[in-house]
Amino acid sequence: MKKLFLSVIGMYVMMLASFSQTTKPDSSYKSRKLTFEEANFVSSYYRQDGNNAAVTGGIGSEKLTDLSNSIDLKFIKYDRHDRKHSFTGELGIDHYTSASSDKIDPATISSASHADTRFYPSIGYTVENENKGTTVGAGLSSSTEFDYQSFGTNLSFSKKTNNKSGELTIKAQVYLDQLKLIYPVELRQGGGNNMNYGSDNRNTFSGSVSWSQIINERFQLMLEGELVYQSGYLGLPFHRVYFNDGSVHIENLPSSRLKIPLGLRANYFLGDKIILRTWYRNYHDDWGINSNALQLETVVKLGSFFSVTPFYRFYQQSAADQFAVYKIHTAADDFYTSNYDLSKFNSNFYGAGFRMAPPKGVFKLQHLNSLELRYGHYQKTNGMNSDIISLGLKFK
Amino acid sequence: MRSIQSNRSLAFSIFLSAATVLLFVSCKTVKEYQKNKLNDSEMSLSGRKVEKTELNFQSYREGASGANGGKTGGGCGCN
Repeated sequence: MKKLFLSVIGMYVMMLASFSQTTKPDSSYKSRKLTFEEANFVSSYYRQDGNNAAVTGGIGSEKLTDLSNSIDLKFIKYDRHDRKHSFTGELGIDHYTSASSDKIDPATISSASHADTRFYPSIGYTVENENKGTTVGAGLSSSTEFDYQSFGTNLSFSKKTNNKSGELTIKAQVYLDQLKLIYPVELRQGGGNNMNYGSDNRNTFSGSVSWSQIINERFQLMLEGELVYQSGYLGLPFHRVYFNDGSVHIENLPSSRLKIPLGLRANYFLGDKIILRTWYRNYHDDWGINSNALQLETVVKLGSFFSVTPFYRFYQQSAADQFAVYKIHTAADDFYTSNYDLSKFNSNFYGAGFRMAPPKGVFKLQHLNSLELRYGHYQKTNGMNSDIISLGLKFK
Repeated sequence: MRSIQSNRSLAFSIFLSAATVLLFVSCKTVKEYQKNKLNDSEMSLSGRKVEKTELNFQSYREGASGANGGKTGGGCGCN
């Protein structure tokens, strides 16, 4: 009787095992039709203040506000070779006001952007072959504001290792920009009434290589190296520079710039409730800026679907060779700027985020998959400070 | 002063690279069914949508940019 019982149990286990072995991922679940995957809406409000505006030669208000909204949509379909095709489209609209830009021509409101709106649509397409572990992608983007127009394109290729623990990604990007040459009113040829702005170009070529690697069940990291080359008009025509003799000039910067950022990102799941996210970047360019940035985030899970994420970011940079403060540059200098974004400074950025993603939808709205709210305060050692609050909604 | 800073920065980068290589060497194959923690949406290594505007303002207000999923070109950032 005992033998019979054991035999029945054994047969049952074998049947289960045989079923489990023959069960394969059912490709019929993969839609051959184009289906909606997700939509993301991000809205941010940013404000800043300081007393080193570049428009007024390194002195004057840096007050600025920016309201940014963007929405992206993603659709997918599978072809008969089980390759996943993803189509994405994004539209962003920023509206900003700037106290310093109003000083380009203080007598009128003809300035480049005392208040302006920027539109930035983009589209993307990727094909992922899950069997081979490869993904190929391409994208187009543009950005339009009153005095600036940019067109961008990108290509990318990713390949996972056979055991799917590592992934290599190579990406190339090109941005072709054109800017209107809007000079400070006192430096315009023909006086302040001359509205025939000329234009100039700025081109950016970027290549990046990244490697992401799973270290163990709780730990993964990513290394990223990038090479960015810019050429053309790299200053801005309405940035004033005051020489030591009191004369006023337009910012003059080299016509090329090579940037080399190297980044490392590492995420670790500590226990069951805490995720440690870290990011470090070392940066060097041929204008003399060397920089280090370190960001630490701790995700604390308050339950299965809620989390709070305090974060801190430290940043330091050396000054660009072309930088000097108000009335320090001389006529002997080949290049000159008083833009404090290129000065030597440290900055601290800290704040917290909150995320909720309940299974029945946020506020029981079935398609509202997740909600994120994030606030941060930013402070430079030269006194400039800003605040940003962002809301992110994901619909599925 | 700048060369001292640069040397320190280089030394730190070399140290970090060496530590990373050691980590890579010690990595192990993780099966799909063991990836429940790695697949948590908060563990993602890619850029997070809600941080997009943060990355933009940092690239405007700082001399350095790149290697963080943010933009390295395109658009003015004039103000």
